[in-house]
Amino acid sequence: MTSAADTARAVRAGERRATDVLDEALAAIEARDAELHAFNLVTADAARAAAEAVDRAVAAGNDPGPLAGVPVALKDNLCTRGIPTTCSSRILDGWRPPYDATVVARLAAAGAVAVGKTNLDEFAMGSSTENSAFGPTRNPLDPTKVPGGSSGGSAAAVAAGYVPLSLGSDTGGSIRQPAALCGVVGVKPTYGRVSRLGLVAFASSLDQIGPFARTVEDAALLLEVISGHDPGDSTSIPESAPALRQHLADGVAGLRVGLVREFLGDGIAPDVRARVHQAAEALAAAGASVTEVSVPAAAYGLSAYYVIAPAEASSNLARYDGVRFGLRVDASTTPEMYELTRTQGFGDEVKRRIMLGTYALSAGYYDAYYGTAQRVRTLILRDFEAAYREVDLLLSPTSPTTAFAFGDKTADPMAMYMNDVCTIPSNLSGHPAVSVPFGVGDDGMPVGVQVLAPALDEVTMFRAAAVLEAAAPAAGPASGGGAG
Amino acid sequence: MSEVLPDGWEMVIGLEVHAELLTETKLFSGSPAHFGGEPNTNIDPVTLGLPGALPVLNRQAVELAIRAGLALNCTVQRSVFARKNYFYPDMPKGYQISQYELPINVDGWLELPDGRRVGIERAHLEEDTGKSTHMGSGGGRIHDAEYSLVDFNRAGVPLLEIVSRPDMGSSEDAKDYVAELRSILVAVGASDGKMEEGSLRVDANVSVRRVGDELGTRCEIKNVNSLRSLGRAIDYEAQRQVDLIEAGERVVQETRHWNDDTGRTQTLRSKEEATDYRYFPEPDLVEVDPGPTWIEAVRAALPPLPAARRHRLVDEAGASTRSAAVVVERGLDELVLAAVAAGAEGARAVTRAEHDLADDRARALDPAHFAKLIRMEGAGQLTATQAKAVLAEMVEDPSRSPADIAAAKGFEAMDHGELEQLVDGLIAAHPEDWTKYCAGEDKVAGFFTGQVMKATQGKADGKAVNALLRARRG
Amino acid sequence: MPAMPERLTRDDVAQVARLARLRLDDTELDRFTAQLADILAHATDMAALDLAGVAPTAHPYPLGNVLRDDAVVAGLERDEVLAAAPVAESGQFRVPPVIGEAP
Repeated sequence: MTSAADTARAVRAGERRATDVLDEALAAIEARDAELHAFNLVTADAARAAAEAVDRAVAAGNDPGPLAGVPVALKDNLCTRGIPTTCSSRILDGWRPPYDATVVARLAAAGAVAVGKTNLDEFAMGSSTENSAFGPTRNPLDPTKVPGGSSGGSAAAVAAGYVPLSLGSDTGGSIRQPAALCGVVGVKPTYGRVSRLGLVAFASSLDQIGPFARTVEDAALLLEVISGHDPGDSTSIPESAPALRQHLADGVAGLRVGLVREFLGDGIAPDVRARVHQAAEALAAAGASVTEVSVPAAAYGLSAYYVIAPAEASSNLARYDGVRFGLRVDASTTPEMYELTRTQGFGDEVKRRIMLGTYALSAGYYDAYYGTAQRVRTLILRDFEAAYREVDLLLSPTSPTTAFAFGDKTADPMAMYMNDVCTIPSNLSGHPAVSVPFGVGDDGMPVGVQVLAPALDEVTMFRAAAVLEAAAPAAGPASGGGAG
Repeated sequence: MSEVLPDGWEMVIGLEVHAELLTETKLFSGSPAHFGGEPNTNIDPVTLGLPGALPVLNRQAVELAIRAGLALNCTVQRSVFARKNYFYPDMPKGYQISQYELPINVDGWLELPDGRRVGIERAHLEEDTGKSTHMGSGGGRIHDAEYSLVDFNRAGVPLLEIVSRPDMGSSEDAKDYVAELRSILVAVGASDGKMEEGSLRVDANVSVRRVGDELGTRCEIKNVNSLRSLGRAIDYEAQRQVDLIEAGERVVQETRHWNDDTGRTQTLRSKEEATDYRYFPEPDLVEVDPGPTWIEAVRAALPPLPAARRHRLVDEAGASTRSAAVVVERGLDELVLAAVAAGAEGARAVTRAEHDLADDRARALDPAHFAKLIRMEGAGQLTATQAKAVLAEMVEDPSRSPADIAAAKGFEAMDHGELEQLVDGLIAAHPEDWTKYCAGEDKVAGFFTGQVMKATQGKADGKAVNALLRARRG
Repeated sequence: MPAMPERLTRDDVAQVARLARLRLDDTELDRFTAQLADILAHATDMAALDLAGVAPTAHPYPLGNVLRDDAVVAGLERDEVLAAAPVAESGQFRVPPVIGEAP
């Protein structure tokens, strides 16, 4: 399949029409999405109008932008003006935002063609997309298996070949983990790198928007387009978008890479572990020096995260009350209206996290839970920074296992939360991380390896990602096999 | 000490005042902060708490908060915003962005006109809510409403919440505190301080105790919309609490609503437990640390504040504390000080300003004219009655000089030199009467005075004439 | 470091549900209590860490003084906003009787 970079080149050069590119994408979606349900909504008419505008610009000799004519899918927690944005929740069913998220506007300005809104775990809470109020998304490589979550729809849309690019959001691993399970590239940028304005908030100090792509170069291209300071987001860092692509081929010679001990514990499946070691060998073969390092506090990441994220979420989701927008279940008093609306409008996982968060913030428990968790967060940050004084990059699995079957982990919330053990700590620290497909597991399903970098150092991170992409094994068992 | 309560009892009052800040736009978004017009015409995604909206802090709100904080003698410090979580339909996000553990201003004080100080615990920034109107048969009261309508025009307007220490012991103190606070906020341009219009909102915390005892349980009183209501509400509530305790009952800590019509406070429908606001630092905003450069720039640009102006009147015009308070409250201190600088007697200037210039228009008086008037009175060119009359006309038309007015009213301010000339002329014209006077016949002074009065049509000052005659006699 | 609280009880969950404006039936109350208690029990592993003198991190990236000029920016049109309202009347959002004053 054609990469986004090549499509944009062809469209800008007048070799391909954006409307033709769009038609292919829509046909691919039409052919398979009844089965996969990657999309909540396909916006064919709006997409066509955008594609036609790109073609007109090219015909007029104007530059339509670096993503000219590239079809892109948007996670359905990104506000799109006049187009339903549901967060896969009943409570927002049918709500049309009166404005675009900043990233949506930047994509449009770059000539990209948004084709629809993708499915997610409700309000981005989950690791399998089974928590969607509108039904799950299926893994394109094996429809009996989950695509991961919460950005399952966006991962599947790229993995299924519908579109070369999609946007997701990552609060505890919600881009990287589905990227790993679906065999595509997924990036969580440095916190503050990409504006959160228009991203429906889950946990404000952890949420970041990032790209899914089939290639590292495409991911870099999309990240360049959406990055950069936004005065409308007070947590947006001052830096403008980094020039990622120009260093992609620089290689890793002389770089020091650390395998994170805390992310290679007993909970990691042997086939995944084997692939990570293979990846380490590939980096070493390319001239990096690979050692083992420790980020001790990272072992407590899950605990800290499942206090902090629900706490912020419990507050962020208080606005869903039936007063101004979205679902309202009528009642004879407003307090009752709140209760009925929220009880009927939210699914179980959302309710669980709201209650957990409310408890962690409540009088008498704040210090023990929220206060403690934010201090553990400081330790995690310090331990990462200490590790980055010894090495330039870190390496780990993205997900402890390959994609699991539907219903495998829904009985016990803790079992589901364990999926994010390797990804959560870098949300807490704000550091960037990428999942790169690297072979398959014993079940033939994709394995992703995670490269982590210091704050703001996406450039170095992408260099390693490019090396891993080039060295990635073809299909075949990891353990007991030898190279490839 | 209050006169209101029975012997042996005292009341303890703390005040929480919310002042709307005079910014162009709201605290966290670019919608106008002041507006007229139809409901929900002053809204944006942040104001409405729409999904995906994010707050961005208004620089001018911080500037005004610093100004007010410095004017209240606070320490201005690094501060952090916090979420105060609760559900109410005019609170669109389900939380209010306020400041909790680290407010921008702490540990200040305000000086009452009588010189006593009231401590100020903190003054912090927070956003205002929208407005609910309760509809149906109940005449606007919540309890009988059939439904409510919500307007978000006001949601997000910047507020400064100023919390006093419980340093006040009477409703008079409380009223003086609010009046002084309002003057300060108006003087620095932070707020227009209009209680009746809602840009200054006062909640009173009132408790009572027998003198010497520990602090009693306090009640919070809301819905006070004027200084007069504040005084009445505090006095009523303090007495209510005393009556309860003397009847052997306990004061329940609660929020009570002042009813101006009935003159009583009443319990709002009570909640089972105190609200747990679950404060935590606002993750969508970063800390504000103004730093010494900004703070000192604001301090340097502060206008003269009421307390300093009062002190200046005392020091430079010899005013009493009480008189200084009145004169400054009227905005006439500059006028008085200008008169003093021009050589007029301070005490006289203060007296005129305090007793004869109650009219608002007095602020428009020309300082030079005022100074001249005071000097004219001081020099005996005008009697007290005449001076007041001239002053009254100066207020009507500040462009007229006191000399012109005096002349028009026939209070001709005779030049002393002119008077001398006139007297000398009369002496020369009436040598035999002069000889008699010089020989000791004091009664003859009356003849000369009469002549002077005839010549000046009664405008000369008799006392001055007599003094001149005696001087000439030697 | 503050001691970790006792295991979460059914009453705690009922109280928290009320605070969060959620209504749970008995079955849900039991199920959620067990699940939430497990999660919180897991979080008690943080008690093993020495957090003396460690300041909390509210933001992963140190930023300060992000301020906006006090200039008017065009807002939203009332019609568009009220069109999304569940119930609107006279240009306002209509809700059932509110019952209490704001807390």
